[in-house]
Amino acid sequence: MTKKQKINLIRILATVAMLVLMHFLPVTGILRLILYILIYLIIGYDIIIKAFRGIIKLQPLDENLLMTVATAGAIAVAVWRGSDDYIEAVAVMLFYQVGELFQSYAVGRSRRSISELMDIVPDHANIEGENGALEQVDPEEVAPGTRIVVRPGERIPIDGVVVSGSSSLNTAALTGESVPRDVTEGDEVQSGCINLNGLIKVRTTREFGESTASKVMELIEDASSRKSRSENFITRFSRIYTPVVVISALLLAVIPPVITLLSGNVADWETWIYRALTFLVISCPCALVVSIPLSFFAGIGAASRKGVLVKGSNYLELLSETKTVVFDKTGTLTKGVFEVSAVHPEKMDGNTLLHLAAHVERYSTHPIAASLRDAYKEESDDCSVGSPEELAGLGIVACVNGDSIAVGNSKLMERVGAKWHECHRHGTVVHVAVNGDYAGHIVISDAVKPSAKQAVDELRACGVTNTVMLTGDIRASAEAVGKELGIDEVYSGLMPRDKVSKVEELLAEKKSKKQRLAFVGDGINDAPALSRADIGIAMGALGSDAAIEAADIVLMNDDPVKIPAAVRISRKCLRIVKENIWFSLIVKSACLILGALGVANMWIAVFADVGVMVLAVLNSVRCMFSK
Amino acid sequence: MTKAYKIEVDCPACADKMEKAAGKTPGVRQAVVSFMTLKMKIDFEDGADAETVMKEVRKNCRKVESGCEVYI
Repeated sequence: MTKKQKINLIRILATVAMLVLMHFLPVTGILRLILYILIYLIIGYDIIIKAFRGIIKLQPLDENLLMTVATAGAIAVAVWRGSDDYIEAVAVMLFYQVGELFQSYAVGRSRRSISELMDIVPDHANIEGENGALEQVDPEEVAPGTRIVVRPGERIPIDGVVVSGSSSLNTAALTGESVPRDVTEGDEVQSGCINLNGLIKVRTTREFGESTASKVMELIEDASSRKSRSENFITRFSRIYTPVVVISALLLAVIPPVITLLSGNVADWETWIYRALTFLVISCPCALVVSIPLSFFAGIGAASRKGVLVKGSNYLELLSETKTVVFDKTGTLTKGVFEVSAVHPEKMDGNTLLHLAAHVERYSTHPIAASLRDAYKEESDDCSVGSPEELAGLGIVACVNGDSIAVGNSKLMERVGAKWHECHRHGTVVHVAVNGDYAGHIVISDAVKPSAKQAVDELRACGVTNTVMLTGDIRASAEAVGKELGIDEVYSGLMPRDKVSKVEELLAEKKSKKQRLAFVGDGINDAPALSRADIGIAMGALGSDAAIEAADIVLMNDDPVKIPAAVRISRKCLRIVKENIWFSLIVKSACLILGALGVANMWIAVFADVGVMVLAVLNSVRCMFSK
Repeated sequence: MTKAYKIEVDCPACADKMEKAAGKTPGVRQAVVSFMTLKMKIDFEDGADAETVMKEVRKNCRKVESGCEVYI
């Protein structure tokens, strides 16, 4: 509890004690009034001061003024009636203060627990002193190039490169990934990861403020200042709402008595003024104003724990309305690395075919050569490989163990006179001929990520109606991937600028504004499409500032399953926001009607106000615990 | 130049008031107050001295919201 909260708690307890005392003191008349006004001032002085300050500075109506007018009015009505019953005004102020105290305590608590969960920035770094003793220093003071020591169980404070030792790192705080990552000398490590078992020494490559963990924290903290439409709605709403309520209260106080007067009866002024004051108490909009930013904050926190950075409440809101997801193929749905996906030998066994092909490609730097060598690990054996000849646009011919081996496309096969045939598989087909005799072919293709299919299915399950894939690839292989993953629309053969115009076309096709379009890319070469779409999602962004800059939502690792996870979190968060809006509005309007009819008195009014606020705050915190 | 300061404030509406007051202070290009993280980010105008400007910012914030605190 802060100092201010403690003071308020003492004021509240003192007021309760004095009210109990007053109940037994046999004072009446003017003395009784003075004593009650004294208690009233003790419990409400800050509210009253704020209210007057607001009037002097001509600030718009706020809850302080509402409460002051209502309670002071209640005392005036009691004096007028001569009822000696001033307890109500004091009690209303008391409950209002209890509510305020609870609100500030509850919001403070939930804010702290959310921040703690997201707090991935360590507060110290270990530097090795001359005698080998470790010294803890403020990470802000560590210059790039310093050696720091990270012991098991500690978080890495600053980005760097491991210079000695090896260990496993828990990267869950950054990526949401639960499988530990092994690092050893020469590996880059990001701040925010937890060192699990071995002691490692790291040479820092960045300043603390530029390190991954600090950047991530900054993004999350800034996110809550980009307001969503729901939040803006509430701000606008309370700006209109408060004056409307005050005017209605005035009308409620004046019109019914005037009508009774005009119809020739005695006007019941104090009853209607009392009802109008009740009206004012009910009208405080605090439940909405507090709970909605809290919901978004908790939602952004929940997403960041899963390795999804949402750069603003507004993007969380847009994400929940996503109906179309456009994927860039390479690096997003596929690994973006070429792999041997099939080996079809004619006469020899598959391994021998790969063996020969890998030998021929030994000296080539072509990406296809690299993937062939990757597929046959024991390439550097004692076979003799000689006179390799690279024929541009065709392939390579080389001499392996005395045989002339040709590895290349169909044109090369024509040239060496081998009887080649087409393959039914999609991808790049590499044919092999031994001494002009066709030996078979190897298919190389970009492998689909194992979780891509699951991601597409889950997206559909959580309400995305249209999935689109854009790629620069040829049609056949693009459609094969699209079919495998169950993508609705596939556009192939696109240049980077075509991708932007395709996104624009898809945006124009949307039936309504509320159906948002998200673009998912790797953030490196599709920045224009990322920014053109309603929501740009960049993946695999750990350590890439450019991708973080270009996108609205950033996946720290490159697992596409995080996209449906983020959509689910956003949907839950927005559902809770809407629940809170409707719940508060319905309860408030019910109380307003009851208050106007005279059924609800000021006690009920203040309970309704505080109760709704508490429930709404508790409901908001649920956003944090999304699956 | 942008700097972040810790603040103490009770309600989101008060945080908004602080944001407006801080934004109007001479030497401040833009001010953003986050109620959720209790932080105030100030983008200073070129050549402004952060410390003197922040004292003014705190004074202006106190004018609109007496109970608030800005840790400079």
